[in-house]
Amino acid sequence: MALKKDFVKFDKVDKSYDGKVLVVKDLQLDIEEGEFVTMLGPSGSGKTTCLMMLAGFETPTNGEIYLDGKAISSIPPHKRGIGMVFQNYALFPHMTVYENLAFPLRVRKIPKDEADKKIDKALSMVSLQGFASRMPGQLSGGQQQRVAVARSLVFDPQLVLMDEPLGALDKNLRESMQYEIKHIHENIGVTVVYVTHDQSEALTMSNRIAVFNDGKVQQLSSPDELYEKPVNSFVAEFIGENNTFVGEVSDISGGKCKVKIANTDILANPISVKGKGEKTKISLRPERALINPSDQMDNIHSGKIEEVIYHGDHTRVRINLLGNNQFILKVPNSSANLDIKLGKDIKIGWNSEDARALDPS
Amino acid sequence: MSSETKQILTTDGIPLEVSLKKAERKNKIKAFLLVAPLLLFLIITYVFPIGDMLFRSVDDKMVTQMLPKTFKAMETWDGQELPDEEVFAAFHEDFIKLVEDKREGKLSTQLNYTKNGFKSIIKKLRRKSKSFEEGNYKEQIMSVHKRWANVEYWRAIQRRAPEFTGQKYLKGMDMYVNEEGKIVSVEEDRRIHRVLWLRTLEIAFFVTVFCFLMAYPIAHLLATLPMKYSNLLMICVLLPFWTSLLVRTASWMILLQQQGIVNDFFVGIGLVADDNRPEMMYNKTGSYVAMTQILLPFMVLPLYSVMKTISPSLMRAGKSLGGTPFVAFWKVYFPLTIPGIGAGCLLVFILAIGYYITPALVGGASGTLISNQIAFHMKSTLDWSFASAMGLMLLSGVLVIYWLYNKLVGIDNIKLG
Repeated sequence: MALKKDFVKFDKVDKSYDGKVLVVKDLQLDIEEGEFVTMLGPSGSGKTTCLMMLAGFETPTNGEIYLDGKAISSIPPHKRGIGMVFQNYALFPHMTVYENLAFPLRVRKIPKDEADKKIDKALSMVSLQGFASRMPGQLSGGQQQRVAVARSLVFDPQLVLMDEPLGALDKNLRESMQYEIKHIHENIGVTVVYVTHDQSEALTMSNRIAVFNDGKVQQLSSPDELYEKPVNSFVAEFIGENNTFVGEVSDISGGKCKVKIANTDILANPISVKGKGEKTKISLRPERALINPSDQMDNIHSGKIEEVIYHGDHTRVRINLLGNNQFILKVPNSSANLDIKLGKDIKIGWNSEDARALDPS
Repeated sequence: MSSETKQILTTDGIPLEVSLKKAERKNKIKAFLLVAPLLLFLIITYVFPIGDMLFRSVDDKMVTQMLPKTFKAMETWDGQELPDEEVFAAFHEDFIKLVEDKREGKLSTQLNYTKNGFKSIIKKLRRKSKSFEEGNYKEQIMSVHKRWANVEYWRAIQRRAPEFTGQKYLKGMDMYVNEEGKIVSVEEDRRIHRVLWLRTLEIAFFVTVFCFLMAYPIAHLLATLPMKYSNLLMICVLLPFWTSLLVRTASWMILLQQQGIVNDFFVGIGLVADDNRPEMMYNKTGSYVAMTQILLPFMVLPLYSVMKTISPSLMRAGKSLGGTPFVAFWKVYFPLTIPGIGAGCLLVFILAIGYYITPALVGGASGTLISNQIAFHMKSTLDWSFASAMGLMLLSGVLVIYWLYNKLVGIDNIKLG
């Protein structure tokens, strides 16, 4: 069975609540069948609104959403057949776990013995066999979360939406649930659209991530590409840690550009700069810069150590470099590492490819 | 060290429990002193009067104490034939004493409750008794009036011998103990109380139903509208609370009377003919309309407080799982509001069952309730023991409903806000 490339399709979708401000602007998004796509962005960026439009609780102000080739704007939520996991689980507090899971099956008039099989299967999928007769109030947060996931999957929907489902859990539980949800997705191959503001969650779980800001998708790509090759400075700063230099392009040639920062030229990879004189912001991941670099690196500069923070497996070093005193380096705590002392001047180098010259905003 | 049988000691070697009690005692005394004035107030103004009224409803000492010798002499009387001279002599002795204390009027009132016709013959006896000669009182008293020679009147006196009686309760149910000592109903055309009890239950029930039907959507709106609208709506709901009950009832009188605003409006739009204006007041309709409006907030507020806590995502979850909006409402939202419904209905029903002012003003003859009857006996007939008996019957009715509710829904499931 060939997987459809545009199983879910947002086509020129705009959304406004008050007729004055667009919460979602010209959204173009294709989601492949069986894919795990995360909508990631700060709060108020429009990601939850998109999810709600897909679920049918909000109507697009303009444009159309297609599910499996069908326009769904005029289909009410209960006929869309989309499973959904809510932020606070939204388990029905007056029903047992079994009744919660039976709800979608009962409204679909699935015979009881078949429904029981499906419920058993769904509960074992989230390793909650034996919990069927409990009330949601008797479960821990993590267990409630699993029930919510099981309930969204029990009626075999083509698409499952998850709205910050792990937001209320503590850190350890959140991490283990991330893997669990990822594995469930891999095992049953359902298409998942996941909303979160937690970038590590997005990086861990997704096939592709759509980074939202200001009602627009800034970048839609796989986690590694998003991290390694951000296309604009918002994405570069939002995902992971980032060192930035603001400067002006002084020369562009041969796939490299020279950017003038604090009277020094550094070499960078021109991503969104076209010509001389343009303002730009250079983004460099902390782990791509090295202390005492080899001579092959085409950027070597020296700076002064301002702060050293011990982190166990690595040490964070804050350096004043080229007028930027927030330049962060991550130094692995292996024996090779050298004496990093406060106030010392050290040489730092990186390859121009890793320094991405992006838009200045 | 920490074996279960061993007493745990504090660091200073005092047993832990003793030490804890000592440390907490001061706080306990403080807490008690803080609530003591209120406790005293409750006992004086609530427990004591209610206890007194309850006692009054079964207390029948008055006649017992007025005719002590008579009842003593009557102990050997079998009640078949007229009592013998001994009883008459004792009765005469008691009666003379009552006349001296000017209390024979009270006796006649009391005996008249038991059997009609005592008032006049006691008055006559008082007049004639002044010229009685000593001895042979049986003949002399019987000659005062022929009813004194009727054994039924003597039986009626005998029935008042016990210090306590349940007769007021029987009367509240339109029943009495007849001459043979059996409990029977009064004649059909005199059964006013049963009609009133049934009407009270009926009106309270329907007022509760109407309040529920009107309050549910209002409470839902209140709980779901954006803040600025819901606050305004809340004020509208609470506004009646800030208006005097009498003013509200009086405004209903203005609205509902035959030449009133509502009737004018109906005539104006041609719904009814001018010479055929419906009576909407001084009957049950008036009681229904006014009581529903007045009791509505008591239904809205508990419902609102429950609905406010229901997350809107539950309805969404219901829909996203495939339930139609109705199914999602009925299976998810409605069951979650049951604590509020229970609280509201119980509150409104209990308030309605004892409602007094509004039915008295707009209820007319066919819209009055049992509480109006209680007030009537408190103020007009001064039969307080009967009034308190009916009060107690009302109270036990409420308790039965409370008990039923607890059985059906569970009292822990109630939520008043």
